Amino acid sequence: MKLEILHELNAERAARRPVILVTDTENGEQRLVKAKDFANDPLGTELDKQLRMGKSATIEAGGRKLFLNVYAPTAKLVIIGAVHISQALAPLARSLGYDVTVIDPRTAFASPERFPDIPLVAEWPDTALPPLNVDHYTAFVAVTHDPKIDDPALLHAFERDCFYIGALGSRKTHAKRGDRLRAQGAKDSDIARIHAPIGLAIGAVSPSEIAVSIMAEITAVLRLPPKQKEDAA
Amino acid sequence: MLDRDEDILKAAEDWQKAGHGVALATVVETWGSAPRPAGSSLVINDDGTFLGSVSGGCVEGAVVTEAMDVIQSGKPRMLEFGVADETAWNVGLSCGGTIRVFVEKVG
Repeated sequence: MKLEILHELNAERAARRPVILVTDTENGEQRLVKAKDFANDPLGTELDKQLRMGKSATIEAGGRKLFLNVYAPTAKLVIIGAVHISQALAPLARSLGYDVTVIDPRTAFASPERFPDIPLVAEWPDTALPPLNVDHYTAFVAVTHDPKIDDPALLHAFERDCFYIGALGSRKTHAKRGDRLRAQGAKDSDIARIHAPIGLAIGAVSPSEIAVSIMAEITAVLRLPPKQKEDAA
Repeated sequence: MLDRDEDILKAAEDWQKAGHGVALATVVETWGSAPRPAGSSLVINDDGTFLGSVSGGCVEGAVVTEAMDVIQSGKPRMLEFGVADETAWNVGLSCGGTIRVFVEKVG
């Protein structure tokens, strides 16, 4: 591997930008492809698929064996609201490989006793969110039911283009939320990005089941191609 | 794969910049119950120091030996390990899988 390629690879990974290293395993030739350039790449379809699956693999293309080594950032999950659902959601998400942070300014909720071993920030979203470097590889879930806490957090999630944004609440609650967020400058396309009611419709009742339905929806958005994603969510 | 190899690739760059000969070994194909998925890697320097893993310990010794040759020659090579491959290698994967490992020089 040329030092320039290694250097660029490390820089992209440090910046949490996904890349794929393509190696011709016959002759050692290599090139690094950034996710933003997939659309214009002759291997675009294959690159897109491997990144979505987060899986490295050897493929055959044009009579050559090419190894596609996928470097995807570790996905983060930001949970707004240290509520009962979050107590089930945080450990479940962690078991699925997410870096989890729970935010809730209400210290009675955001207590280490309720969230053992989970990074917890007992601050308002405006203070808590900027240092977290929320980015595209972040799933963002707002479950406090309190507009004072959820709304500013959702505005931050729009701005950072999180790959998944979900908010708890019925369709009626969500319609009101849409009006409030629009009044604060959110676009219709932003509101349309919110998954609400949150989670896949699996008839979830208990907090743990709701946590499963949320993680199932996040997984579908992360892994499925766009068409199937619409069908699932 | 998820971003778990940070230290390995960073070490490859740091060792190379510090003047070491460095090789990178990467699992590129697996069959059966291979211990580590494609993309797992091992970085080796000319002291014989290595970081990471391509098999969870079964074949690292052999990979390090091959990597020394690759650092010398600069030519990449493909290694294959598996229980069915007894004649080519003295080491095998006890779990019954087969892996192909691409070894290349860094820099």
